[in-house]
Amino acid sequence: MRSAQQTMALVERSIKRRRRAESRFRWYGRLAVFLGIFFVVVLFANIIGKGYGSFRQSYIRLEVGYDPALVEPDGSASAQSLAQGDYQAVARAALRALFPEVEGRANLKQLDALLSDDAGYALQKRVTNDPGLVGKTESVWVLARDNTDMAMKGRITRAENEEGRPLSDRQLDWIEALKAKGLLELRFNSGFFTNGDSREPEQAGIRGAVAGSLFTLLITLLLSFPIGVAAAIYLEEFAKRSRWTDLIEVNINNLAAVPSIVFGLLGLAVFINIFGLPRSAPLVGGLVLTLMTLPTIIIASRAAIKAVPPSIREAALGIGASSMQVVTHHVLPLALPGMLTGTIIGMARALGETAPLLMIGMVAFVVNVPGGFTDPATALPVQVYLWADSPERAFVERTSGAIMVLLAFLLVMNGAAVFLRQRLERRW
Amino acid sequence: MVIEIETLRPDLSGNLGEPMTAPESLTATDKTTVAHKTAGRVSVDDPIMSARQVNVYYGDKHAIKDVSLDIARNEVVAMIGPSGCGKSTFLRCLNRMNDTIENCRVAGDITLDGQDIYDRKQDVVQLRARVGIVFQKPNPFPKSIYENVAYGPRIHGLAADRVELDELVQTSLQRAGLWEEVKDRLNQPGTGLSGGQQQRLCIARTIAVNPEVILMDEPCSALDPIASAKIEDLIDELRGNYAIVIVTHNMQQAARVSQRTAYFHLGDLIEVGPTDRIFTNPLQRLTEDYITGRFG
Repeated sequence: MRSAQQTMALVERSIKRRRRAESRFRWYGRLAVFLGIFFVVVLFANIIGKGYGSFRQSYIRLEVGYDPALVEPDGSASAQSLAQGDYQAVARAALRALFPEVEGRANLKQLDALLSDDAGYALQKRVTNDPGLVGKTESVWVLARDNTDMAMKGRITRAENEEGRPLSDRQLDWIEALKAKGLLELRFNSGFFTNGDSREPEQAGIRGAVAGSLFTLLITLLLSFPIGVAAAIYLEEFAKRSRWTDLIEVNINNLAAVPSIVFGLLGLAVFINIFGLPRSAPLVGGLVLTLMTLPTIIIASRAAIKAVPPSIREAALGIGASSMQVVTHHVLPLALPGMLTGTIIGMARALGETAPLLMIGMVAFVVNVPGGFTDPATALPVQVYLWADSPERAFVERTSGAIMVLLAFLLVMNGAAVFLRQRLERRW
Repeated sequence: MVIEIETLRPDLSGNLGEPMTAPESLTATDKTTVAHKTAGRVSVDDPIMSARQVNVYYGDKHAIKDVSLDIARNEVVAMIGPSGCGKSTFLRCLNRMNDTIENCRVAGDITLDGQDIYDRKQDVVQLRARVGIVFQKPNPFPKSIYENVAYGPRIHGLAADRVELDELVQTSLQRAGLWEEVKDRLNQPGTGLSGGQQQRLCIARTIAVNPEVILMDEPCSALDPIASAKIEDLIDELRGNYAIVIVTHNMQQAARVSQRTAYFHLGDLIEVGPTDRIFTNPLQRLTEDYITGRFG
């Protein structure tokens, strides 16, 4: 037998050991949390640092004279004649007027390259809206080309070798001159939110992709929420446990882990090849993402239903409610917050999904903003992928800008999930 | 062994009422193997519910063995016995709450006013409206007090309009002895009440449907003695209108509230009889051992 003192000494020693282990474990935990936060901060800093510029765009202020000879080539002021005018030439003439000393075809071409092709379209739109402008002069801000914009944002500088950079020394001189006169400045880039995709970075916007994503997600939500909830209710409340329900359960859990590109292949094979649905359409994208989201929603909904205490069901059954009434009056209202949270998280995943959409052709270059479920469209993450693949320097900025918009959507959706959970959760 | 006169009376259902002499060897230790016949008289005149040779199985487990018992009108029957003896299982057979348990199989006849409640034509919804149940743990819906009581009448269409429903809610709460305490906060959640109040709310919810029989599964086991006393008083008052079957672990409670007592042991109904006789003069050794606290 040990004496009480010996026991005390042993305990003391083991206590020290336990304390050390505990504090060590605490530090591991802190380190892990710190690393996590560190990487998130690095990621966000990187994306925001690269992408914030995409919300501002360079515009050049021109004194535009709508020369009738250029605007209406056949001399009549008809709409048809106005539509055939060379408005880009009007813009070019206005820019050349600012630098009368520039001569020679090659030099003029360099000067013209500061302007975006969009300048001509913008002027044409103005004249079409107000034919009275023909023959008059007005001051207009028009879009500058992507390289001009990059120089304005300090991403093309003289520090680079002239051979290797997209702008010549002379072009940089003109840009500086324009800037000094206040005729070239960065303004809010509304085009980024209102334009569809474009080969020209300065004209490219995310509206088409956002619309495509919304149509796709709408299909996904409308299909996956009711189907998922109905499946969960049936499996939890009505189906008797048998080999079949076990099999279904295992398969649902497996489906949740299937790589998303496999769902894309399935969508291609079934929806497009067998059912003949249009390619590149939000309808098909939505169907594919529904397949992908269903397991998530079913699993979350079943967990929410399981969390409803059995005593509530017994209480309702005990006073003579039918099984259907138990579900609709008691189980569903109590499980709904959990179901909604699961659905929103599933939707957020679907919003960020790229791979299956590549398989069904939603990776096409689509300029028009889609107007319906069967129009060709892309989605936001696919747009990110497309832009990241483009060689122009200005697309780097656009890519990060699109990622910021995508992340904003995801944060809002996850925030909504948290809010719903806290708001609707009832205690019993 | 004392044999009561009552137990010698011939019984409607054959020899069920015959006294049963406990074998000398029957003790608390080898009780499991003895095939049992119930001592005392299981039948009553004009029963509202009647169970004959009821057997319940949970999968392979034989939970209730050949139990026969009648429930009289305006009477409280207490079911006592050690944990796991099947008294709750038997209680839940009476309004088919066992239907919700998978693997549970019920054999035998249980009738309500002469009608077989396990008949294929019997609608469980209707049965449970006639045979209400109050559970061990108070389980009000996470809704307002008013909604808790109004739910049953609403789904069964018992009130024609709002005024009638209001009245029904009020009388039910009054009968459950809860009206005075909650009349000013009917719109507050039922889950915000104290445990005893919640249980009385559950009783109000049950009687709002106006059942003929009320089953109570250890209704006081989660309550303090004062709340329990209130429920006991309530049970005594309700006896005027309903037949009540109560499962309890508390023998004093059984003695206080019931007119007849049934003692269950490992799925067998060992003994049935008037409560005062069971507690003063049990026919069976097992019953005596249990009520004197030798095991249980």
